[in-house]
Amino acid sequence: MLADKDRIFTNLYGIHDWRLAGARARGAWDNTKAILDRGPDAIVDEMKKSGLRGRGGAGFPTGLKWSFMPKEVKDRPHYLVVNADESEPGTCKDRDIMRHDPHLLVEGCLVAGFAMRAHAGYIYVRGEFYNEAEHLKIAIQEAYDAGLLGKNACGSGWDFDLYVHRGAGAYICGEETALLESLEGKKGMPRLKPPFPAGAGLYGCPSTVNNVESIAVAPTILRRGAAWFSSFGRPNNAGTKLFCISGHVNKPCNVEEAMSIPLRELIDTHAGGVRGGWDNLLAVIPGGASVPLLPKEICDTVLMDFDALRDQKSGLGTAAVIVMDKSTDIVKAIARLSYFYKHESCGQCTPCREGTGWMWRVMERMVVGDARIEEIDALEDVTKQVEGHTICALGDAAAWPIQGLIRHFRPEMERRIRTRSRQLAAE
Amino acid sequence: MPKLKIDGVEIEVPAGITVLQACEMAGVEIPRFCYHERLSIAGNCRMCLVEQEKAPKPIASCAMPAAEGMVIKTDTPMVKKARNGVMEFLLINHPLDCPICDQGGECDLQDQAMAFGFDRSRYHENKRAVPDKELGPLVKTSMNRCIHCTRCIRFATEVAGVEELGATGRGESMEVTTYVEHALSSELSGNLVDLCPVGALTSKPYAFEARSWELSKTESVDVLDALGANIRVDTRGATVMRVLPRLNDDINEEWIGDKTRHAVDGLRYQRLDRPYVRKAGKLAPATWAEAFTAIASKLEGVDGKKIAAIVGDQCDAEAMVALKDLMAALGSPNVDCRQDGARLEAGVRAGYIFNPGIQGIDQADAILLIGTNPRLESPVLNARIRKRYLTGRCAIASIGSVADLTYPTERLGAGPATLRELADGKLGFSEKLKAAKNPLIIVGMGALSRDDGTAVLALARELAEKANAVREDWNGFAVLHTAAARVGGLDLGLVPGEGGRDVAGILEGAQAKEIEVVYLLAADEIDTQKLGKAFVVYQGHHGDAGAHRADVILPGAAYTEKPGTYVNTEGRVQLGRRANFPPGEAREDWAILRALSERLGKTLPYDTLDQVRSRLVAVSRSFAALDQQVAGNWGTFGKAGPTSDAAFASPITNYYMTCPISRASRTMAECMASRQQLLAAE
Repeated sequence: MLADKDRIFTNLYGIHDWRLAGARARGAWDNTKAILDRGPDAIVDEMKKSGLRGRGGAGFPTGLKWSFMPKEVKDRPHYLVVNADESEPGTCKDRDIMRHDPHLLVEGCLVAGFAMRAHAGYIYVRGEFYNEAEHLKIAIQEAYDAGLLGKNACGSGWDFDLYVHRGAGAYICGEETALLESLEGKKGMPRLKPPFPAGAGLYGCPSTVNNVESIAVAPTILRRGAAWFSSFGRPNNAGTKLFCISGHVNKPCNVEEAMSIPLRELIDTHAGGVRGGWDNLLAVIPGGASVPLLPKEICDTVLMDFDALRDQKSGLGTAAVIVMDKSTDIVKAIARLSYFYKHESCGQCTPCREGTGWMWRVMERMVVGDARIEEIDALEDVTKQVEGHTICALGDAAAWPIQGLIRHFRPEMERRIRTRSRQLAAE
Repeated sequence: MPKLKIDGVEIEVPAGITVLQACEMAGVEIPRFCYHERLSIAGNCRMCLVEQEKAPKPIASCAMPAAEGMVIKTDTPMVKKARNGVMEFLLINHPLDCPICDQGGECDLQDQAMAFGFDRSRYHENKRAVPDKELGPLVKTSMNRCIHCTRCIRFATEVAGVEELGATGRGESMEVTTYVEHALSSELSGNLVDLCPVGALTSKPYAFEARSWELSKTESVDVLDALGANIRVDTRGATVMRVLPRLNDDINEEWIGDKTRHAVDGLRYQRLDRPYVRKAGKLAPATWAEAFTAIASKLEGVDGKKIAAIVGDQCDAEAMVALKDLMAALGSPNVDCRQDGARLEAGVRAGYIFNPGIQGIDQADAILLIGTNPRLESPVLNARIRKRYLTGRCAIASIGSVADLTYPTERLGAGPATLRELADGKLGFSEKLKAAKNPLIIVGMGALSRDDGTAVLALARELAEKANAVREDWNGFAVLHTAAARVGGLDLGLVPGEGGRDVAGILEGAQAKEIEVVYLLAADEIDTQKLGKAFVVYQGHHGDAGAHRADVILPGAAYTEKPGTYVNTEGRVQLGRRANFPPGEAREDWAILRALSERLGKTLPYDTLDQVRSRLVAVSRSFAALDQQVAGNWGTFGKAGPTSDAAFASPITNYYMTCPISRASRTMAECMASRQQLLAAE
């Protein structure tokens, strides 16, 4: 179990003061100037060395991402954009950062903005997060008042302004380029890549979009050193991570843990174990709604990190662990996710627009077994036709849960179809 | 010049193009729906996916820049699977109502479904139903068929410059709509129908009229404005069913205006299909011989100076040269092709053509519009200016009445006084013109069809010279005509000869009984009240103003019914081809004049079309070069003089009705009503 001294998010549960004084008492804003004095390149190098991988779901190395920004500001300004549009079902980590420890994020924005030579940062907050946005605004104002933001932030000589923008509650706006579109005032539809945001992002200027958690951990990493951070977890999966454990556990919670912790240990230690005991476990979705589920046999031993879960054809995603015990109608659960993706598809590109609706409708029939056995194969084929053919990753996200279901629970799906056809025959 | 490998073949392509374009250069066809050369890249249909070596996923070739060392494969199982998948998705919610769809036979979706589709569906759910939208009298919608490629949205926003189309809703609920339902306010809306790769947007006037494979297709040239847009005339039997644009990057790219496209139903109504002779105040049907005899007996003994001819705005050069020769044979100097009284002179060609060419607009970096509303006078040309505006770094200003041109213009003033100030360098825009590398000065008929037109013309010339717009490598003096026949007429010298009268003079003469016979060659845009007691011969194709006043009517052919030569506003000579035959006893116009000349004993020296065309070249060398713009010689034209204070106003206030054909068109009447409704609603 992660020692308390190694926790970055020391007010994750909101039991302490979240405002500037409290944050300072916990170590935030402690000589930020010294960090900035190291210079942008040193900061980026340190971040690279820490092995921090993006906490938004894709797991792209954060330091590397920062290094894609042009080394000099030319005719166009640089922007930092923070993705606080946390909407992945099961995920609620950024929310707690913003409402209970907003200064970690604000300070992180300054450090990250400085490292990528940006004078302005935008935090795009999910529309439903009203109080969270208010806390952020207050924290930002406190930072301005204390000279930590704005002109000559922290006495570093660097000017940095930070703005909060609230979205309107569209899941797709969590996709980084759709977020940029939305931030620009347009309809939130993902852009084609290339060009990538580091080349042409917000208003066509070099931009980097980072997850709240990735930004919020940066100052602590820089203070305590890359070696400290990378001492947690397996190689290539370094650091501590916020896990959101929900579903059929005795004590659902958010918890900061070291990467590569065994899933079973995570659930047993922090969430009070699976409802009815470990043997009552049916399956776990380990990384938010979009990754394929894992059946109990895999959950017994799997480690919670990017590579281990990828090897199991799932993913760490946002580390939102959704636990389902044996009372779960697993097909219905996945069908509900399919509905979510059908509802949230932006409609821009063909495979996602047409495919999400198709998959959901077939899934709804699968729930009651109103299908033919071959349709399971057809459904899987449809998911393959969506996967990898869309502009953004929403298509993949819609396809994977169904693929996971078919991979691990095909017998259950077939059983339902047979049962129903027997019933129909009997009538 | 990046080098890449496409299906194993190495190819070097220009920098900055996309993988899709590179594939086309390599001769590999890539299926697509949303991609269109002249619109921004959307990348949303996903039909153009190809495999790129080392890329984990197939890439959208329309959006991916071609880069050095890329290895592209378009014939792998991965690509095939991707295309088949996308095609299946496109078809699941498509109604598959091809048998009752007007797009059938010329539908991208249908064609590509043949190549990438499957013969049955795996989709067993209900199909999506989308309410149809009302987009006005020209565009019919059937939104169930929409595949959300957004071409229409991009065209309306980018090319037409009316941000009226967009998508509402998300995911499969996405609908292309006008938000608040109303007719499109663009003069280019008909192009949406061409752009739509499926049958979601079809032509309303053409709805259920014909199937594409029943039509004979004739490549021709448009005469409803002076642009000379290249068109394809589709006929079934003797009827023109529709007009479509033809690709010509120099002129209309692949757009045409709504009038060009949809006024053709006017070719069916109000037609003159037999000669008429006025007897006892009433026009009575007659034979050709009777009509000719009536003219011959009237002309007998009349002095040439008392005979006059006015040429219409849509005449072919063949008819015009025949008229010119006939009038010369009759000894009349009173010929004019400038119905609107434009003070243009026939001598200096550069003084009456659009010198930089339509393509020159792309190179201009400062544009001045004098007395013109290009949006109404030539919407396609206007779109070209908008295209230039969108690429940036181009100042656009106007002198004349205020209008929404779909791009912002700096309004400098109303009339000649402003032009004077500009020429004298007293306005800020003078500097911009001077500083520009390629200044473009567009002079419209609103500035020239006035009593002080000659002086305005001289002022415009002075301004062009002062702004250094007339150089060896660039001539930015551009006259935007409103009549398709005008440049041809001026090239042929259909202006008053020595001591001759112009249009105003002819009308005055007719009222003063100094002109006894007036020959109207499809000229309807004059005030026929002013023809006084003159004996009027009207040769033309529509029962419009001229025919109503005529004493003898000779039925001619409209532009689709005869092979004809037209010179557009750039001075580009183009051939129109016969798509159908004129109705009844109507004949080709030059042949009518040739026959009449024989009856009058002044037989014109040509018997075949080739001979007339040789005559054209003899009269003006500019007719020797087809399909290319012949540069005009610069010289002195216009004459300085006093100018009035009146504001320049475009001669066209109603885009939809400018000629006998469009006035006879029911579609155009509907368009007009719809536009008025739209304006009233505002």
